[in-house]
Amino acid sequence: MDFTRRDTLALGMGAVALTVLPFRANAAADDAIAAFTGGAAMADAGVTLTAPEIAENGNTVPISVEAEGAVSIMVLAAGNPTPGVGTFTFGEMAGAHSASTRIRLAGTQDVIAIAKMADGSFAKASSNVKVTIGGCGG
Amino acid sequence: MAEGVKPRVKAPSKAAAGEAVVLKTLISHQMESGQRKNADGTPIPRSIINRFTCEFNGKSVIDIQMEPAISTNPYFEFEAVIPEAGDLKFTWYDDDGSVYEDVKSVAIG
Amino acid sequence: MKFKAMTAVAALLLSVPAMTLADPDEDSLAINGEIEMVTETAAPAHLSDTLDTIYSGWRFREDETQALQMDDFDNPGMVFADLGLDQWNKVEGEAGKSCASCHGTPEESMKGVRAVYPKWNETAGEVRTLAMQINGCRTENMKAEPYKYTSGQMTNMEALISVQSRGMPVDVAMDGPVQATWEAGKEIYYTRFGQLELSCANCHEDNYGNMIRADHLSQGQINGFPTYRLKNAKLNQVHDRFRGCIRDTRGHTFEAGSPEFVALELYVATRGNGLSVEGPSVRN
Repeated sequence: MDFTRRDTLALGMGAVALTVLPFRANAAADDAIAAFTGGAAMADAGVTLTAPEIAENGNTVPISVEAEGAVSIMVLAAGNPTPGVGTFTFGEMAGAHSASTRIRLAGTQDVIAIAKMADGSFAKASSNVKVTIGGCGG
Repeated sequence: MAEGVKPRVKAPSKAAAGEAVVLKTLISHQMESGQRKNADGTPIPRSIINRFTCEFNGKSVIDIQMEPAISTNPYFEFEAVIPEAGDLKFTWYDDDGSVYEDVKSVAIG
Repeated sequence: MKFKAMTAVAALLLSVPAMTLADPDEDSLAINGEIEMVTETAAPAHLSDTLDTIYSGWRFREDETQALQMDDFDNPGMVFADLGLDQWNKVEGEAGKSCASCHGTPEESMKGVRAVYPKWNETAGEVRTLAMQINGCRTENMKAEPYKYTSGQMTNMEALISVQSRGMPVDVAMDGPVQATWEAGKEIYYTRFGQLELSCANCHEDNYGNMIRADHLSQGQINGFPTYRLKNAKLNQVHDRFRGCIRDTRGHTFEAGSPEFVALELYVATRGNGLSVEGPSVRN
């Protein structure tokens, strides 16, 4: 397989970025979590995050969140340049404490959902999504 | 107002009193993240829809704070309880100050 | 120097997704649970030497991508068909007409149209793609400016027209007055382009079902165009897809709307005769 020098460099830089970025990105994600929870402990059960194991394209990745009794659910993509994805706040007319959307993932990473419950407690779930480096589709 | 912005909403026209119904929304919008650069290397400024709300007869169903990681042509699926006949109001708030709205009436039956 | 090390890094990265090679999957496609789509059928007679079965590109996609096309609300391409309907009803040009002035509602007048394009236009004495016919209508009948060949307005209109034929079999003629163009398109299909020296056939006939890096190669069928791609989150015109393919061979591409791509579109369309019209489809 032939590579231009530029392509190879770009891939190499990507590899470097992969090893360096998580620290930075996770710090930003941790800040966002702290702002949402006020530093409270998070239960491992109580919120469900559904995301594909492998995304064919990081530009449009379908996800769903659900947390019975949640006031709101925050979704983060820890490996994105900015980790925020969205915060879903359920009103009195909500039929279920669930929602689905489509999100952008800059690369393979953990997607995190944190639910704030009516009693003030928090729950967390995360899911690793592999984003494929496409061929002609990428 | 950004060009070519068109909302689509899927909601039932009828529901049983107290029924939870599934709602789907999609709006055509570029959702420019602010992370991209154009051909000459200058960053393209962020321009996204930053909030979406749904209300039934003035009471909140869902209120979503949206970040640039929401995909182009934002899509949402969620549920609402329909206790009585009335209107579902869907509102999208653009960074540029534009507000896009759609309303669907739901009858009881 | 470092270049070698980086090549090694790149090689390592590329070797990681050592996924099993796979043929098209076994899923079946019904839109909204109603419109049954033929995603696999016997290859048309002119392909008898090379293929037994033809498959829609839908069959090569992951379940999550497939699901986006199974419901008209989940399919983001449909909002552009809605925009196409707004264009359909809009009066433009010196003749003071809209599409609707002559063609009424697209549900009636455009049924079956997408299935037979590209086709011969007797008056113009040329093979016309659907895009060329749309622009022919705009310039000749409406006295309006043509759409840019691969513009959003063009793909919106193509999507609106295509939707009216969904589920109908592609039935593009290859004989009679179009035959010379068809032969020219076939020639292009089997010509190796670019520094990588790849023809359409090298990937889409010889290697469909195999992985090209992390992508599952399809047969390159065009029954699903215009196609909403997750990659760029918009409707893609088929000539833009051709350009992308040739660019990926590291070659100079033909222009959208060029005689070469018109011929190629005609030829590739006939390779899909018997599959259902799917546009607007959803792909990666």
